[in-house]
Amino acid sequence: MHFLDNIWMIPFLPLAGAAIQLFFGRRSSNRAVSVVSVGLPGLSFVWALGCFAQFLALPPSYNHLFLRPLYTWLPAGAFHLSNGTVGNLTVGVGMQLDPLSCVMMLVVTGVGFLIHVYSTGYMAHEGGYYRFFGYLNLFMFSMLVLVLADNYLMMFVGWEGVGLCSYLLIGFYFLRKSASDAGKKAFIVNRIGDAGFLMGVMLMAVTIGAVDFQSVTAVARSGQFPVGSGVITAICLLLFVGATGKSAQIPLYVWLPDAMEGPTPVSALIHAATMVTAGVYMVARSNALFALSPKALAIVAGIGAATAIWAASIGLVQNDIKRVLAYSTVSQLGYMFLACGVGAFGAGVFHLMTHAFFKALLFLGSGSVIHAMSGEQDMRKMGALSRKIPVTCWTMVIATAAIAGLPPFAGFFSKDEILWQSFAGPYGHTLLWTVGWLTAGLTAFYMARLIFMTFWGESHVSHEAEHHLHESPRPMTIPLVTLAVLSAIGGFVGIPKSLGGGEWFGNFLEPVFEGNAVVPMHEYGRGMEYFLMGLSVVTAFVGIGIAYRMYVQQPALSDRVSSAAGGFHRLLLHKYYVDEIYDALFVNRVKNLGSGLAAFDLGVVDGGVNLVGWVTRMSAELSRLWDSWVIDGLVNVLGFVVRVLSWPARILQTGMVQNYAWFITAGVLVFMVYYFVRL
Amino acid sequence: MMHTEYYIFLSSALFTIGVIGVLTRRNVLIILMSIELILNAVNINLVALSQYFKSVDGQVFAIFVITDAAAEAAVGLGLIIALFRNKETVNADEIDLLKW
Repeated sequence: MHFLDNIWMIPFLPLAGAAIQLFFGRRSSNRAVSVVSVGLPGLSFVWALGCFAQFLALPPSYNHLFLRPLYTWLPAGAFHLSNGTVGNLTVGVGMQLDPLSCVMMLVVTGVGFLIHVYSTGYMAHEGGYYRFFGYLNLFMFSMLVLVLADNYLMMFVGWEGVGLCSYLLIGFYFLRKSASDAGKKAFIVNRIGDAGFLMGVMLMAVTIGAVDFQSVTAVARSGQFPVGSGVITAICLLLFVGATGKSAQIPLYVWLPDAMEGPTPVSALIHAATMVTAGVYMVARSNALFALSPKALAIVAGIGAATAIWAASIGLVQNDIKRVLAYSTVSQLGYMFLACGVGAFGAGVFHLMTHAFFKALLFLGSGSVIHAMSGEQDMRKMGALSRKIPVTCWTMVIATAAIAGLPPFAGFFSKDEILWQSFAGPYGHTLLWTVGWLTAGLTAFYMARLIFMTFWGESHVSHEAEHHLHESPRPMTIPLVTLAVLSAIGGFVGIPKSLGGGEWFGNFLEPVFEGNAVVPMHEYGRGMEYFLMGLSVVTAFVGIGIAYRMYVQQPALSDRVSSAAGGFHRLLLHKYYVDEIYDALFVNRVKNLGSGLAAFDLGVVDGGVNLVGWVTRMSAELSRLWDSWVIDGLVNVLGFVVRVLSWPARILQTGMVQNYAWFITAGVLVFMVYYFVRL
Repeated sequence: MMHTEYYIFLSSALFTIGVIGVLTRRNVLIILMSIELILNAVNINLVALSQYFKSVDGQVFAIFVITDAAAEAAVGLGLIIALFRNKETVNADEIDLLKW
């Protein structure tokens, strides 16, 4: 079984599942749907493992790259490039497997499979079971197309596909207005990003003359464009606009918190582990272009860092358990872009992988909590659940330790790598490190706050919910435990040299990023690295300690702090009023424009059509008048004339025989007179 | 001796009276009687002139006219009765069914 040759099976299997569900699933039983829609992604994961194994065993001539073209999509067309030469653009459909897409493929299929298993338990009592799995499979297909594509346009097909599935799944409970609004918001904000992405690809096509990754990377590394070239910077920034939309960075992050309206497995899969990481993947894939443009890298890093601390601050005060996790996702994505922006693409992808593990676990765990609490999502109504739902509790504790960056869990290695690179890396800066470090402290605090409010302290659980408290069924707890194990040991693939590790992950990804011009790191010794590492661990413990004090030991303390900083607290609670600002600046203006155009359509365009109809009716009326008055009048006049002219002849006919006798007599007399006169 | 002219004058006078009666009288019975008068006037004329011409043809013709007059009177009266049954009148002015 040559997995690599048939690598297209990996996205095809979920696509088949989606087609089966969406066409035939309506009349299937839940069991049938589960078997098909969980089995096929499972098979896809097995296939991915097979491909990975065969990829590792490829001979060196492949140079860590396996290309599998499938067919030509847009055949060669000659056109003028921006520098005057004539280029030949051929876009094909094909798949590419290199270390980067290996990592993505395994994360998507692996974590995706676990979430599918979880969903069979979570969605068991929901309506539209087949629809959910159909959309989920369609999402898997689109995401796999995205990560396995060999050119930007095919990646864009997958990009759009995941946006569509995100919309469908966020608005899964579409009868609820807030859910359908959230779906629309996600799609529209995403679309703004997509416009930027597409413009970037178009600019790439006319400048470089190709859109497939190999050609673009080769041209970028060939020296044809100087470092700091304006065109390349423009391309990078436009592509990054797409990334801000898809990966929820400033200014296009506003859809992600609203996306929590969807079912929790959706939040876990799409808005934690896979779709939102598409932007990071794309930036990492375009590393050759970004390496040519320090300005673009600086902007990426700046926005990443700003988003990280912005979202973390909002997450400090949110009371809905999923909202906290949503803002945490935005914040952690900021970390990944910070890493890419300082040139440490490998560290960004490493954090992408570990984040997929612990964030998916956190979301699935919160789903388990919500399931146990009969739908309650407000943390102020939880508390003291650790004895009641122990598996959920302890797996979430492991995930929290990972995200806070406590060793030896996965998040420690990836986050510290990012912080070190932002301090000492080729494009690093102390300011970037400071923001990252502060955010790490905030992250530890709000995640610990989440755990303490939910599982410890006093119970604020309502009476009805109390009766139904129970641990989740096996399909839900097994993925939780699996992800907890991965969150615990997943970091060991990337232990840095300073801690005696082999840096396997970084070395594995090295072929993707080598070939860019080497910019030396700043000169700092090992000592600095250990110092920063220790500092971030201590900060994490401080954050957890403060949260412990505020939410377990002295619960009243949290209320005192929030009322003391009343204005600031309200500002954070209302998410800095960003949604309201966007509404006033953009949304309402567009809506008013729409209303104006609708009024124009109704008044002017429809009025014009009605006018034409009215004119037609009027001319028909005129015709009728002409016909009845003029034409009929003529005919009547004719009759009148005949009557008048026949009057002398008419009066002769009296019907009285005596009159006729008179005429006879008169005629005879005339003849008699005539003959007498003649003779 | 009776001059023949006197008979012709008498016959034409009677004829004229008869014609005037036909043309001017309203009662259809009077019109019938006037028609008889016309026929009798013609008879007188025929007999007078048969005596003048010493020929008996005139008198034979007169017999025919009398017979004819009698038949005609019978038919005419039948017509008037039929007419009266439908129109309830013997006024010639009111019998104008032949009008357009």
